[in-house]
Amino acid sequence: MTKRAPNSVVAAVASAADIERIYRSLRLIRRAEEEVARIYPSNKIKSPVHLSIGQEAVAVGVCDALRPDDVVSPTYRGHAAFLAKGGELKAMMAELYGKATGVTGGKGGSMHLIDMSHNVLGASAVVGTTIPVALGYALALKRMGTDRVVAAFFGDGATEEGVFAESLNFAALHKLPILFVCENNFYAIHTPITKRWATERLCERVETYGIPAHQIDDGDVLKIRAITANSIAQIRRGERGPIFLECRTYRWREHVGPNEDFDAGYRARTDLAPWVEDDQVAKLGAKLSDSLRAKIDASVEREISDAVAFAEASDFPGPGALRTDVYAN
Amino acid sequence: MSMQTNSPSPSANTRLLTYVDALREGVAQEMRRDPRVFVFGLDVDDHKAIQGSTFGLVEEFGPERVFGTPLSEDAMTGVAIGAAMAGMRPVHVHIRMDFLMLAMNQLVNIAAKSHYMYGGQVRVPLVVRSMIGKSWGQGAQHSQGLHAMFMHVPGLKVIAPSNAYDAKECLIAAIRDDNPVIFVEHRLLYFTDAFVPEETYEVPFGKARVCTAGGDITIVGISNMLVECMRAHELLAEEGIEAEVIDPISLLPLDVETILSSVRKTGRLLVVDNAWTGTGASAEIVAAVAERLGNGQRFEAVRMGYAPTTCPTTPALESEFYPDPAKIARAAYAMVRPGQPAWSPDPERAKLAYQVKFRGPF
Repeated sequence: MTKRAPNSVVAAVASAADIERIYRSLRLIRRAEEEVARIYPSNKIKSPVHLSIGQEAVAVGVCDALRPDDVVSPTYRGHAAFLAKGGELKAMMAELYGKATGVTGGKGGSMHLIDMSHNVLGASAVVGTTIPVALGYALALKRMGTDRVVAAFFGDGATEEGVFAESLNFAALHKLPILFVCENNFYAIHTPITKRWATERLCERVETYGIPAHQIDDGDVLKIRAITANSIAQIRRGERGPIFLECRTYRWREHVGPNEDFDAGYRARTDLAPWVEDDQVAKLGAKLSDSLRAKIDASVEREISDAVAFAEASDFPGPGALRTDVYAN
Repeated sequence: MSMQTNSPSPSANTRLLTYVDALREGVAQEMRRDPRVFVFGLDVDDHKAIQGSTFGLVEEFGPERVFGTPLSEDAMTGVAIGAAMAGMRPVHVHIRMDFLMLAMNQLVNIAAKSHYMYGGQVRVPLVVRSMIGKSWGQGAQHSQGLHAMFMHVPGLKVIAPSNAYDAKECLIAAIRDDNPVIFVEHRLLYFTDAFVPEETYEVPFGKARVCTAGGDITIVGISNMLVECMRAHELLAEEGIEAEVIDPISLLPLDVETILSSVRKTGRLLVVDNAWTGTGASAEIVAAVAERLGNGQRFEAVRMGYAPTTCPTTPALESEFYPDPAKIARAAYAMVRPGQPAWSPDPERAKLAYQVKFRGPF
């Protein structure tokens, strides 16, 4: 069952500057992850990577509608949200290499990215665990009297965890300033949603907690951005508390690792085809002039190669770092 | 009977205060001092106020800083962690420690690890208060001490104060600490009293207290077992045995040095825990001493704790489940005077400390 967002909201207005900025963000994330996939077999990256190639539009659409002082809570498949919110690419790449210059000095790896200077909360490998942590952050922001908002990302699998239901209830009860963003890519590791959900009426389930819910079923980045902007404005005004978005999307690569896995038999390449045809990176790029697009692409490539070079050249942490930061002093 | 022997003596600025009032006074003083402190958990704002330990807080500080929650221990722990990361100082209260099992994921995977795995970018100044019980017919799930499960995990701190003085100082220290602290309170200690200063005070975690000096045997008592060890100490003294009773107070970090220097003197270590012995706090304490003793010095060690079963409800069986002053004194006597006929104290005088005062219900 598909519940499309109201047309008045979907009439997404994007200026030329918006398109340029959003395209750059999409392109940067796509190419950065492709580069990670290229480097991965060299064994220089020794952290399991969960690539979001094909899913970039959700993170970019949501984050583009946030203010810099708003907060994002990403998942272990979180390179896209991390970068879309302004997380440092160099520090992310160094983190994947396990270098001291990484976002956590090599202690967290791909699954525990964080950048508090850009209001990116830490990610967790245990599915669903960051949802209530994001709530707590939102509770603190509200108690401190700010109008800042938290966007909490999670996958369809996380909605099956008990803590998801607990979190929805508490967020609604306390009217917390939080946007729940479910990236529904239809798979939890390799198990399809049809084996996990009795119905796909996720938005209806959420609405029973008193939380407005919108489904965006086509992955359109401008639509995601517009609905997010509208939702964030409502949340910021403090009228109703949380809002829920179900953004349907599709994972082009395997669950973990750099490769495709359509030969594994749990999903078909034909499922992928419509999402590739509707690729948001290409679509936004087509709205730009060839020369502008080429200029952006070149700058993205420079940024990525600089980040890789930075990661390669950085030192590993010394053995003394093993026992630092176990406790905060 | 006195239960004040293990805490400091009276002085000008102290008064006798119960454990429960010490908890309430400590948190109230911290809330007045620091607006970032808030208290939440199921029933913290109801008419019973967690045995009275949160009584009056909502009236003084309002429902934004003192609030009850849905029955959602997992999510509520995450909320506390997120709020702590954002700069607040939550005190999350659980009426029983058993419910912490529902929050294990957040406590172990997030609270304990965040400062480390996020490279020092966040701190989790969280206090988790939880009560452990003892049967008065409370049965399997409200009569267990689960502190050892948390002692296993670096990044957490675990403390189990045995008296009102320490309850106040430890709670204040826990609130001011930038790390997640599991605060273990025993139900039977709530109405014990001690001389407690009126002002706020704080001691660093990781310092044990030598409650009585003695050269014959070192007895370590955890949580309410310290009280029973003090009773056993009195019974042993009448037999001419001098026990050095030590209250570890802080289980993680653990003050091994204080216990170690006592064992170097006595050569005997009896650890009495309000929990099972297997892979527990008593196992850790004995192992920590054994590893550090050095110079080929030998010592004798005995652990006491719950019988290795689930706790039964009936008084006829529960008395067999727990250590008591008679069992502690007997074990110590046998260690100090091996080869002599077994000795057992007068059963009437060896009653559990709580049995002298406590009448229920819980």
